[in-house]
Amino acid sequence: MCGIVGLFLKDKSLEPELGAMLTDMLVTMTDRGPDSAGIAIYGAGNDKMGKLTVQSDTPDADFSDLDQDIKAATGTAVTIRTKSTHAVLEMDATAVATVRAALSDIRPSVRVMSAGDTIEIYKEVGLPKDVAARFDVASMSGTHGIGHTRMATESAVTTMGAHPFSTGSDQCLVHNGSLSNHNSLRRKLRREGVHIESENDTEVGAAYVSHQMQLGATLGEALESSLDALDGFFTFVVGTKDGFGVVRDPIACKPAVMAETDQYVAFGSEYRALVNLPGIEDARVWEPEPATVYFWKH
Amino acid sequence: MQTFDLEAQGLRELNATLHAQADNTNQTSWEIVNPKGSHAIAVGLDAPIEVTVRGSTGYYCGGMNQQATVNVIGSAGPGVAENMMSGKVVIEGDASQYAGATGQGGLLVIKGNASSRCGISMKGINIVVGGNIGHMAAFMGQSGNLVVCGDAGDALGDSCYEARFFVRGTVKSLGADCEKKEMRPEHIEILTELLAEAGMDAKPEEFTRYGSARNLYNFDVDNSGAY
Repeated sequence: MCGIVGLFLKDKSLEPELGAMLTDMLVTMTDRGPDSAGIAIYGAGNDKMGKLTVQSDTPDADFSDLDQDIKAATGTAVTIRTKSTHAVLEMDATAVATVRAALSDIRPSVRVMSAGDTIEIYKEVGLPKDVAARFDVASMSGTHGIGHTRMATESAVTTMGAHPFSTGSDQCLVHNGSLSNHNSLRRKLRREGVHIESENDTEVGAAYVSHQMQLGATLGEALESSLDALDGFFTFVVGTKDGFGVVRDPIACKPAVMAETDQYVAFGSEYRALVNLPGIEDARVWEPEPATVYFWKH
Repeated sequence: MQTFDLEAQGLRELNATLHAQADNTNQTSWEIVNPKGSHAIAVGLDAPIEVTVRGSTGYYCGGMNQQATVNVIGSAGPGVAENMMSGKVVIEGDASQYAGATGQGGLLVIKGNASSRCGISMKGINIVVGGNIGHMAAFMGQSGNLVVCGDAGDALGDSCYEARFFVRGTVKSLGADCEKKEMRPEHIEILTELLAEAGMDAKPEEFTRYGSARNLYNFDVDNSGAY
Protein backbone atom coordinates (compact mmCIF):
# COMPACT_ATOMS: atom_id res chain seq x y z
CA MET A 1 0.00 0.00 0.00
CA CYS A 2 1.74 3.22 1.24
CA GLY A 3 -0.01 6.55 1.55
CA ILE A 4 0.93 9.75 -0.21
CA VAL A 5 -0.22 13.30 0.39
CA GLY A 6 0.86 16.47 -1.33
CA LEU A 7 -0.09 20.10 -1.23
CA PHE A 8 0.95 22.85 -3.63
CA LEU A 9 -0.30 26.24 -2.49
CA LYS A 10 -1.40 28.96 -4.88
CA ASP A 11 -2.76 31.24 -2.16
CA LYS A 12 0.06 32.79 -0.12
CA SER A 13 -2.23 33.32 2.87
CA LEU A 14 -2.30 29.54 3.39
CA GLU A 15 1.50 29.23 3.58
CA PRO A 16 1.69 29.45 7.40
CA GLU A 17 -0.78 26.52 7.53
CA LEU A 18 1.12 24.22 5.14
CA GLY A 19 2.72 22.03 7.81
CA ALA A 20 -0.51 21.69 9.79
CA MET A 21 -2.56 20.83 6.69
CA LEU A 22 -0.03 18.26 5.46
CA THR A 23 0.25 16.68 8.90
CA ASP A 24 -3.52 16.25 9.11
CA MET A 25 -3.59 14.73 5.63
CA LEU A 26 -0.72 12.35 6.37
CA VAL A 27 -2.10 11.16 9.71
CA THR A 28 -5.37 10.28 7.93
CA MET A 29 -3.36 7.96 5.65
CA THR A 30 -1.71 6.11 8.57
CA ASP A 31 -3.50 2.81 7.94
CA ARG A 32 -2.06 2.64 4.41
CA GLY A 33 1.40 2.12 5.89
CA PRO A 34 2.52 2.33 9.50
CA ASP A 35 6.23 1.47 9.06
CA SER A 36 7.76 4.89 8.64
CA ALA A 37 6.79 8.38 7.64
CA GLY A 38 8.40 11.39 6.08
CA ILE A 39 7.65 14.85 4.92
CA ALA A 40 9.34 17.32 2.59
CA ILE A 41 8.56 20.99 3.08
CA TYR A 42 9.57 23.76 0.72
CA GLY A 43 9.87 26.78 2.98
CA ALA A 44 10.68 30.39 2.46
CA GLY A 45 13.82 30.75 0.41
CA ASN A 46 16.64 33.18 0.08
CA ASP A 47 18.55 32.64 -3.15
CA LYS A 48 21.87 33.41 -1.51
CA MET A 49 21.45 30.85 1.27
CA GLY A 50 21.38 27.06 1.01
CA LYS A 51 20.26 24.34 3.39
CA LEU A 52 21.30 20.82 4.25
CA THR A 53 18.93 18.70 6.31
CA VAL A 54 20.90 15.97 8.06
CA GLN A 55 19.99 13.06 10.30
CA SER A 56 21.81 11.12 12.98
CA ASP A 57 20.92 8.17 15.21
CA THR A 58 23.07 9.82 17.90
CA PRO A 59 22.07 13.46 17.49
CA ASP A 60 23.45 14.68 20.82
CA ALA A 61 26.95 13.57 19.97
CA ASP A 62 26.83 14.35 16.25
CA PHE A 63 25.17 17.77 16.33
CA SER A 64 27.08 19.32 19.22
CA ASP A 65 29.71 21.74 17.89
CA LEU A 66 28.91 20.63 14.34
CA ASP A 67 28.80 24.26 13.16
CA GLN A 68 32.23 24.95 14.62
CA ASP A 69 33.71 21.78 13.17
CA ILE A 70 32.34 22.65 9.71
CA LYS A 71 33.80 26.14 10.03
CA ALA A 72 37.17 24.69 11.00
CA ALA A 73 37.18 22.17 8.14
CA THR A 74 35.78 24.31 5.33
CA GLY A 75 35.91 27.90 6.49
CA THR A 76 32.14 28.16 5.94
CA ALA A 77 29.92 29.79 8.51
CA VAL A 78 26.81 27.70 9.16
CA THR A 79 23.87 28.07 11.47
CA ILE A 80 22.38 24.90 12.91
CA ARG A 81 18.77 24.24 13.93
CA THR A 82 18.34 20.90 15.68
CA LYS A 83 15.02 19.06 15.63
CA SER A 84 15.18 15.67 17.36
CA THR A 85 17.24 13.35 15.13
CA HIS A 86 17.47 15.93 12.35
CA ALA A 87 19.31 19.21 11.98
CA VAL A 88 19.05 21.92 9.35
CA LEU A 89 22.34 23.55 8.44
CA GLU A 90 22.11 26.90 6.69
CA MET A 91 25.02 28.44 4.83
CA ASP A 92 25.97 30.42 1.78
CA ALA A 93 24.36 28.67 -1.20
CA THR A 94 27.70 28.31 -2.98
CA ALA A 95 29.17 26.33 -0.06
CA VAL A 96 26.53 23.58 0.16
CA ALA A 97 28.46 21.06 -1.95
CA THR A 98 31.71 21.66 -0.06
CA VAL A 99 30.05 21.30 3.33
CA ARG A 100 28.21 18.17 2.22
CA ALA A 101 31.47 16.60 1.08
CA ALA A 102 33.22 17.56 4.31
CA LEU A 103 30.44 16.08 6.46
CA SER A 104 31.41 12.52 5.63
CA ASP A 105 34.83 13.13 7.24
CA ILE A 106 33.71 15.31 10.13
CA ARG A 107 30.65 13.22 11.08
CA PRO A 108 30.65 9.86 9.25
CA SER A 109 27.42 8.73 10.96
CA VAL A 110 25.42 11.75 9.79
CA ARG A 111 23.19 11.16 6.77
CA VAL A 112 22.06 13.89 4.38
CA MET A 113 18.27 13.93 3.93
CA SER A 114 18.11 16.84 1.50
CA ALA A 115 20.08 19.71 0.05
CA GLY A 116 18.89 22.86 -1.67
CA ASP A 117 17.66 26.40 -1.22
CA THR A 118 14.26 25.77 0.32
CA ILE A 119 13.72 22.03 0.86
CA GLU A 120 13.77 20.37 4.28
CA ILE A 121 13.08 16.62 4.63
CA TYR A 122 12.22 14.92 7.91
CA LYS A 123 11.72 11.17 7.96
CA GLU A 124 11.91 8.40 10.54
CA VAL A 125 10.60 4.95 11.38
CA GLY A 126 7.26 5.21 13.19
CA LEU A 127 3.66 6.32 12.77
CA PRO A 128 2.91 9.57 10.91
CA LYS A 129 1.50 11.24 14.03
CA ASP A 130 4.66 10.44 16.02
CA VAL A 131 7.05 11.43 13.25
CA ALA A 132 5.16 14.68 12.60
CA ALA A 133 5.10 15.52 16.32
CA ARG A 134 8.78 14.72 16.73
CA PHE A 135 9.74 17.33 14.13
CA ASP A 136 6.86 19.71 14.89
CA VAL A 137 5.90 19.64 11.22
CA ALA A 138 2.53 21.23 12.04
CA SER A 139 4.21 24.54 12.88
CA MET A 140 6.11 24.75 9.59
CA SER A 141 5.15 27.13 6.84
CA GLY A 142 5.96 26.74 3.18
CA THR A 143 4.87 26.96 -0.42
CA HIS A 144 4.44 23.25 -1.10
CA GLY A 145 5.10 19.93 0.57
CA ILE A 146 4.86 16.17 0.16
CA GLY A 147 4.26 13.49 2.79
CA HIS A 148 4.51 9.71 2.73
CA THR A 149 3.61 6.88 5.06
CA ARG A 150 5.28 3.61 4.18
CA MET A 151 4.33 -0.04 4.03
CA ALA A 152 7.71 -1.53 3.13
CA THR A 153 8.00 -4.15 0.41
CA GLU A 154 11.28 -3.71 -1.46
CA SER A 155 13.76 -2.80 1.25
CA ALA A 156 14.13 -2.78 5.05
CA VAL A 157 12.20 -0.53 7.43
CA THR A 158 14.90 2.02 8.20
CA THR A 159 15.24 5.79 8.22
CA MET A 160 17.06 5.67 4.91
CA GLY A 161 14.36 3.46 3.40
CA ALA A 162 11.66 5.99 4.33
CA HIS A 163 10.34 8.48 1.78
CA PRO A 164 10.70 11.22 0.50
CA PHE A 165 13.93 10.52 -1.35
CA SER A 166 15.99 13.48 -2.42
CA THR A 167 18.50 12.86 -5.17
CA GLY A 168 19.04 16.38 -6.45
CA SER A 169 19.10 19.92 -5.18
CA ASP A 170 15.61 20.90 -3.96
CA GLN A 171 14.19 17.73 -5.53
CA CYS A 172 12.23 14.99 -3.82
CA LEU A 173 10.07 12.04 -4.78
CA VAL A 174 7.65 9.75 -2.97
CA HIS A 175 6.28 6.51 -4.32
CA ASN A 176 3.40 4.12 -3.84
CA GLY A 177 4.10 0.83 -5.58
CA SER A 178 7.14 -1.25 -6.36
CA LEU A 179 9.65 -1.07 -9.19
CA SER A 180 10.81 -4.33 -10.75
CA ASN A 181 13.81 -3.11 -12.75
CA HIS A 182 15.46 -1.10 -9.99
CA ASN A 183 18.55 -3.29 -9.73
CA SER A 184 19.52 -3.02 -13.37
CA LEU A 185 18.65 0.66 -13.52
CA ARG A 186 20.69 1.33 -10.36
CA ARG A 187 23.73 -0.30 -11.96
CA LYS A 188 23.22 1.73 -15.12
CA LEU A 189 22.84 5.02 -13.26
CA ARG A 190 25.88 4.30 -11.08
CA ARG A 191 27.93 3.64 -14.21
CA GLU A 192 26.88 7.08 -15.37
CA GLY A 193 28.19 8.55 -12.13
CA VAL A 194 24.89 8.97 -10.28
CA HIS A 195 25.18 8.61 -6.50
CA ILE A 196 22.60 6.19 -5.07
CA GLU A 197 22.81 5.42 -1.37
CA SER A 198 20.40 2.59 -0.64
CA GLU A 199 19.07 -0.67 -2.06
CA ASN A 200 15.60 0.85 -2.13
CA ASP A 201 13.62 0.79 -5.39
CA THR A 202 12.15 4.27 -4.97
CA GLU A 203 15.54 5.91 -4.59
CA VAL A 204 16.38 4.59 -8.06
CA GLY A 205 13.21 6.17 -9.46
CA ALA A 206 14.09 9.45 -7.77
CA ALA A 207 17.70 9.28 -9.00
CA TYR A 208 16.49 8.58 -12.52
CA VAL A 209 14.26 11.67 -12.53
CA SER A 210 17.03 13.85 -11.01
CA HIS A 211 19.53 12.55 -13.55
CA GLN A 212 17.21 13.39 -16.44
CA MET A 213 16.76 16.90 -15.06
CA GLN A 214 20.52 17.26 -14.69
CA LEU A 215 20.82 16.37 -18.37
CA GLY A 216 18.50 19.26 -19.14
CA ALA A 217 14.99 17.83 -18.99
CA THR A 218 12.18 19.77 -17.34
CA LEU A 219 10.29 18.10 -14.51
CA GLY A 220 7.52 17.25 -16.97
CA GLU A 221 9.94 15.74 -19.50
CA ALA A 222 11.77 13.76 -16.80
CA LEU A 223 8.50 12.27 -15.56
CA GLU A 224 7.45 11.53 -19.13
CA SER A 225 10.64 9.56 -19.79
CA SER A 226 10.27 7.67 -16.47
CA LEU A 227 7.21 6.00 -18.00
CA ASP A 228 9.50 4.21 -20.46
CA ALA A 229 12.50 3.69 -18.20
CA LEU A 230 10.76 2.28 -15.15
CA ASP A 231 9.06 -1.09 -14.98
CA GLY A 232 6.63 -1.82 -12.19
CA PHE A 233 3.85 -0.17 -10.28
CA PHE A 234 4.10 3.43 -9.35
CA THR A 235 2.24 6.50 -8.40
CA PHE A 236 4.91 9.18 -7.94
CA VAL A 237 4.55 12.62 -6.46
CA VAL A 238 7.56 14.83 -7.08
CA GLY A 239 8.64 18.20 -5.74
CA THR A 240 11.13 20.72 -7.07
CA LYS A 241 11.98 24.19 -5.78
CA ASP A 242 9.00 25.74 -7.55
CA GLY A 243 7.18 22.74 -8.99
CA PHE A 244 4.96 19.83 -8.06
CA GLY A 245 4.36 16.82 -10.31
CA VAL A 246 2.34 13.59 -10.39
CA VAL A 247 2.64 10.55 -12.63
CA ARG A 248 1.13 7.04 -12.51
CA ASP A 249 2.23 3.96 -14.42
CA PRO A 250 0.06 2.81 -17.36
CA ILE A 251 -1.73 0.14 -15.30
CA ALA A 252 -2.52 2.68 -12.57
CA CYS A 253 -3.57 0.27 -9.85
CA LYS A 254 -2.01 2.43 -7.12
CA PRO A 255 -4.70 4.88 -6.11
CA ALA A 256 -4.57 8.64 -6.54
CA VAL A 257 -7.02 11.47 -6.08
CA MET A 258 -6.38 15.12 -6.81
CA ALA A 259 -8.23 18.29 -5.93
CA GLU A 260 -7.73 21.79 -7.24
CA THR A 261 -9.17 25.11 -6.14
CA ASP A 262 -8.03 28.71 -6.58
CA GLN A 263 -6.07 28.24 -3.36
CA TYR A 264 -4.22 24.94 -3.87
CA VAL A 265 -3.57 21.72 -5.75
CA ALA A 266 -3.78 18.70 -3.45
CA PHE A 267 -2.90 15.04 -3.84
CA GLY A 268 -4.06 12.10 -1.72
CA SER A 269 -3.83 8.33 -2.09
CA GLU A 270 -7.46 8.44 -1.03
CA TYR A 271 -10.14 11.10 -0.90
CA ARG A 272 -10.15 10.71 2.91
CA ALA A 273 -6.86 12.61 3.01
CA LEU A 274 -8.44 15.65 1.38
CA VAL A 275 -11.70 16.00 3.29
CA ASN A 276 -10.51 18.64 5.76
CA LEU A 277 -8.98 20.99 3.20
CA PRO A 278 -10.65 24.40 2.93
CA GLY A 279 -13.25 24.58 0.16
CA ILE A 280 -12.95 20.89 -0.73
CA GLU A 281 -16.73 20.70 -1.27
CA ASP A 282 -16.39 22.98 -4.29
CA ALA A 283 -12.98 21.79 -5.48
CA ARG A 284 -12.45 20.10 -8.83
CA VAL A 285 -11.74 16.54 -7.69
CA TRP A 286 -10.41 13.98 -10.17
CA GLU A 287 -8.36 10.86 -10.55
CA PRO A 288 -5.11 11.39 -12.47
CA GLU A 289 -5.09 9.42 -15.73
CA PRO A 290 -2.65 6.54 -16.20
CA ALA A 291 0.65 7.29 -17.96
CA THR A 292 -0.11 10.99 -17.90
CA VAL A 293 2.19 13.61 -16.43
CA TYR A 294 0.71 16.41 -14.36
CA PHE A 295 2.76 19.28 -13.02
CA TRP A 296 2.29 22.71 -11.61
CA LYS A 297 4.78 25.54 -11.21
CA HIS A 298 4.89 28.64 -9.07
CA MET B 1 -36.15 8.89 7.39
CA GLN B 2 -33.41 7.67 9.73
CA THR B 3 -30.27 9.81 9.77
CA PHE B 4 -26.94 8.30 10.71
CA ASP B 5 -23.87 10.45 11.43
CA LEU B 6 -20.97 8.25 10.37
CA GLU B 7 -18.33 10.43 12.00
CA ALA B 8 -20.10 10.36 15.37
CA GLN B 9 -21.45 6.82 15.38
CA GLY B 10 -18.84 4.84 13.47
CA LEU B 11 -18.78 2.36 10.61
CA ARG B 12 -19.41 -0.86 12.54
CA GLU B 13 -22.54 0.55 14.09
CA LEU B 14 -23.74 1.80 10.72
CA ASN B 15 -23.35 -1.51 8.94
CA ALA B 16 -24.67 -3.53 11.90
CA THR B 17 -27.76 -1.29 12.02
CA LEU B 18 -28.37 -1.64 8.31
CA HIS B 19 -27.79 -5.42 8.43
CA ALA B 20 -30.37 -5.69 11.20
CA GLN B 21 -33.15 -4.47 8.90
CA ALA B 22 -35.51 -7.31 8.04
CA ASP B 23 -37.24 -7.74 4.66
CA ASN B 24 -40.39 -6.18 6.07
CA THR B 25 -38.74 -3.35 7.99
CA ASN B 26 -40.66 -0.09 8.33
CA GLN B 27 -37.44 1.89 8.38
CA THR B 28 -36.94 1.85 4.63
CA SER B 29 -35.23 5.20 4.19
CA TRP B 30 -31.76 5.99 5.56
CA GLU B 31 -29.48 8.95 5.24
CA ILE B 32 -25.77 8.83 6.05
CA VAL B 33 -24.02 12.12 6.76
CA ASN B 34 -20.30 12.86 7.15
CA PRO B 35 -19.01 9.90 5.10
CA LYS B 36 -15.71 11.77 4.47
CA GLY B 37 -14.37 9.12 2.12
CA SER B 38 -14.70 6.28 4.65
CA HIS B 39 -14.36 2.70 3.47
CA ALA B 40 -17.00 -0.05 3.30
CA ILE B 41 -20.07 2.16 3.76
CA ALA B 42 -23.36 0.24 3.43
CA VAL B 43 -21.67 -3.03 2.55
CA GLY B 44 -23.48 -6.37 2.62
CA LEU B 45 -27.03 -5.02 2.81
CA ASP B 46 -29.86 -7.50 2.27
CA ALA B 47 -33.19 -5.71 2.67
CA PRO B 48 -35.36 -3.55 0.39
CA ILE B 49 -34.20 -0.28 1.94
CA GLU B 50 -32.96 2.97 0.39
CA VAL B 51 -29.72 4.42 1.72
CA THR B 52 -28.51 7.88 0.69
CA VAL B 53 -24.91 8.83 1.43
CA ARG B 54 -24.40 12.60 1.53
CA GLY B 55 -20.81 13.00 0.38
CA SER B 56 -18.01 11.01 -1.20
CA THR B 57 -17.12 7.47 -0.17
CA GLY B 58 -13.88 5.46 -0.01
CA TYR B 59 -13.21 1.85 -0.91
CA TYR B 60 -15.99 -0.73 -1.47
CA CYS B 61 -19.16 1.31 -0.88
CA GLY B 62 -22.29 -0.79 -1.47
CA GLY B 63 -20.28 -3.98 -1.93
CA MET B 64 -22.13 -7.34 -1.99
CA ASN B 65 -25.43 -5.47 -2.06
CA GLN B 66 -28.69 -7.40 -2.24
CA GLN B 67 -32.11 -5.77 -2.66
CA ALA B 68 -31.11 -2.35 -1.30
CA THR B 69 -30.78 0.93 -3.18
CA VAL B 70 -27.67 2.92 -2.28
CA ASN B 71 -27.33 6.51 -3.55
CA VAL B 72 -24.04 8.34 -3.22
CA ILE B 73 -24.40 12.12 -3.48
CA GLY B 74 -20.72 12.51 -4.29
CA SER B 75 -18.01 10.37 -5.82
CA ALA B 76 -17.06 6.79 -4.95
CA GLY B 77 -13.64 5.29 -4.28
CA PRO B 78 -12.28 2.00 -5.61
CA GLY B 79 -14.49 -1.09 -5.81
CA VAL B 80 -17.91 0.51 -5.49
CA ALA B 81 -20.72 -2.10 -5.63
CA GLU B 82 -18.12 -4.84 -5.89
CA ASN B 83 -19.81 -8.23 -6.19
CA MET B 84 -23.32 -6.77 -6.10
CA MET B 85 -26.00 -9.48 -6.24
CA SER B 86 -29.17 -7.41 -6.73
CA GLY B 87 -30.60 -3.98 -5.98
CA LYS B 88 -29.24 -0.68 -7.22
CA VAL B 89 -26.25 1.56 -6.51
CA VAL B 90 -26.27 5.09 -7.94
CA ILE B 91 -23.23 7.38 -7.88
CA GLU B 92 -23.95 11.04 -8.64
CA GLY B 93 -20.27 11.86 -9.28
CA ASP B 94 -17.35 9.77 -10.53
CA ALA B 95 -16.27 6.27 -9.56
CA SER B 96 -12.70 5.11 -9.06
CA GLN B 97 -11.20 1.88 -10.34
CA TYR B 98 -12.92 -1.52 -10.55
CA ALA B 99 -16.46 -0.22 -10.08
CA GLY B 100 -18.95 -3.11 -10.07
CA ALA B 101 -16.19 -5.72 -10.23
CA THR B 102 -17.42 -9.35 -10.25
CA GLY B 103 -21.03 -8.15 -9.82
CA GLN B 104 -23.62 -10.86 -10.30
CA GLY B 105 -26.80 -8.82 -10.53
CA GLY B 106 -28.48 -5.51 -9.90
CA LEU B 107 -27.82 -2.14 -11.50
CA LEU B 108 -24.86 0.17 -10.93
CA VAL B 109 -25.34 3.71 -12.26
CA ILE B 110 -22.37 6.10 -12.39
CA LYS B 111 -23.51 9.52 -13.54
CA GLY B 112 -19.98 10.87 -13.99
CA ASN B 113 -16.92 9.00 -15.22
CA ALA B 114 -15.60 5.63 -14.11
CA SER B 115 -11.85 5.02 -14.11
CA SER B 116 -9.94 1.84 -14.95
CA ARG B 117 -11.21 -1.74 -14.79
CA CYS B 118 -14.90 -0.82 -14.56
CA GLY B 119 -16.93 -4.04 -14.53
CA ILE B 120 -13.88 -6.29 -14.41
CA SER B 121 -15.02 -9.93 -14.32
CA MET B 122 -18.69 -8.86 -14.37
CA LYS B 123 -20.99 -11.86 -13.99
CA GLY B 124 -24.48 -10.55 -14.62
CA ILE B 125 -24.48 -7.03 -13.21
CA ASN B 126 -25.71 -4.15 -15.37
CA ILE B 127 -23.56 -1.02 -15.29
CA VAL B 128 -24.56 2.31 -16.85
CA VAL B 129 -21.97 5.10 -16.96
CA GLY B 130 -23.00 8.64 -17.92
CA GLY B 131 -19.48 9.77 -18.81
CA ASN B 132 -16.31 7.98 -19.88
CA ILE B 133 -14.63 4.83 -18.62
CA GLY B 134 -10.91 4.05 -18.30
CA HIS B 135 -8.76 1.21 -19.53
CA MET B 136 -9.31 -2.55 -19.16
CA ALA B 137 -13.06 -2.22 -18.63
CA ALA B 138 -14.96 -5.50 -18.30
CA PHE B 139 -11.77 -7.57 -18.48
CA MET B 140 -12.93 -11.22 -18.54
CA GLY B 141 -16.54 -10.05 -18.33
CA GLN B 142 -18.79 -13.09 -18.27
CA SER B 143 -22.33 -11.76 -18.47
CA GLY B 144 -24.38 -8.63 -17.93
CA ASN B 145 -24.34 -5.30 -19.76
CA LEU B 146 -21.93 -2.38 -19.58
CA VAL B 147 -23.40 0.81 -21.06
CA VAL B 148 -21.12 3.81 -21.62
CA CYS B 149 -22.65 7.11 -22.71
CA GLY B 150 -19.23 8.67 -23.28
CA ASP B 151 -15.96 7.13 -24.47
CA ALA B 152 -14.14 3.94 -23.47
CA GLY B 153 -10.38 3.69 -22.81
CA ASP B 154 -7.86 1.10 -23.92
CA ALA B 155 -8.49 -2.65 -24.06
CA LEU B 156 -12.26 -2.69 -23.67
CA GLY B 157 -13.57 -6.19 -22.97
CA ASP B 158 -10.22 -7.96 -23.05
CA SER B 159 -10.68 -11.76 -22.86
CA CYS B 160 -14.41 -11.33 -22.36
CA TYR B 161 -16.96 -14.10 -22.39
CA GLU B 162 -20.64 -13.24 -22.89
CA ALA B 163 -20.93 -9.77 -21.34
CA ARG B 164 -22.30 -7.08 -23.72
CA PHE B 165 -20.83 -3.62 -24.09
CA PHE B 166 -22.66 -0.62 -25.51
CA VAL B 167 -20.57 2.49 -26.12
CA ARG B 168 -21.96 5.76 -27.49
CA GLY B 169 -18.63 7.53 -28.03
CA THR B 170 -15.25 6.30 -29.15
CA VAL B 171 -13.35 3.24 -27.98
CA LYS B 172 -9.63 3.87 -27.68
CA SER B 173 -8.84 0.22 -28.33
CA LEU B 174 -10.52 -3.16 -28.03
CA GLY B 175 -8.99 -5.86 -25.85
CA ALA B 176 -8.03 -9.33 -27.06
CA ASP B 177 -10.97 -11.19 -28.59
CA CYS B 178 -13.40 -8.27 -28.23
CA GLU B 179 -15.09 -7.07 -31.42
CA LYS B 180 -17.68 -4.69 -32.74
CA LYS B 181 -21.08 -6.32 -33.21
CA GLU B 182 -24.34 -5.67 -34.94
CA MET B 183 -27.12 -3.90 -33.00
CA ARG B 184 -30.19 -6.08 -33.40
CA PRO B 185 -33.69 -5.19 -32.17
CA GLU B 186 -33.23 -7.21 -28.99
CA HIS B 187 -30.15 -5.14 -28.14
CA ILE B 188 -32.02 -1.87 -28.70
CA GLU B 189 -34.65 -3.22 -26.35
CA ILE B 190 -32.15 -4.11 -23.61
CA LEU B 191 -30.44 -0.74 -23.98
CA THR B 192 -33.70 1.23 -23.97
CA GLU B 193 -34.68 -0.40 -20.70
CA LEU B 194 -31.30 0.13 -19.04
CA LEU B 195 -31.05 3.78 -20.08
CA ALA B 196 -34.54 4.42 -18.77
CA GLU B 197 -33.86 2.65 -15.49
CA ALA B 198 -30.65 4.60 -15.07
CA GLY B 199 -32.32 7.89 -15.93
CA MET B 200 -29.90 8.59 -18.79
CA ASP B 201 -30.96 10.86 -21.60
CA ALA B 202 -29.40 9.05 -24.56
CA LYS B 203 -30.76 7.42 -27.69
CA PRO B 204 -30.12 3.67 -27.97
CA GLU B 205 -29.53 4.03 -31.72
CA GLU B 206 -26.42 6.12 -31.04
CA PHE B 207 -24.61 3.24 -29.36
CA THR B 208 -22.33 0.59 -30.82
CA ARG B 209 -22.35 -2.91 -29.43
CA TYR B 210 -19.15 -4.83 -28.66
CA GLY B 211 -18.68 -8.34 -27.37
CA SER B 212 -16.66 -11.51 -27.52
CA ALA B 213 -15.41 -12.83 -30.85
CA ARG B 214 -15.49 -16.20 -29.04
CA ASN B 215 -12.11 -17.26 -30.40
CA LEU B 216 -10.24 -17.14 -27.15
CA TYR B 217 -12.42 -19.21 -24.88
CA ASN B 218 -13.30 -21.97 -27.31
CA PHE B 219 -10.90 -24.81 -27.82
CA ASP B 220 -9.07 -24.61 -31.12
CA VAL B 221 -7.15 -27.68 -32.23
CA ASP B 222 -4.40 -25.42 -33.62
CA ASN B 223 -3.67 -24.32 -30.06
CA SER B 224 -3.43 -27.84 -28.64
CA GLY B 225 0.33 -27.52 -28.34
CA ALA B 226 -0.17 -24.74 -25.77
CA TYR B 227 -1.92 -27.01 -23.26
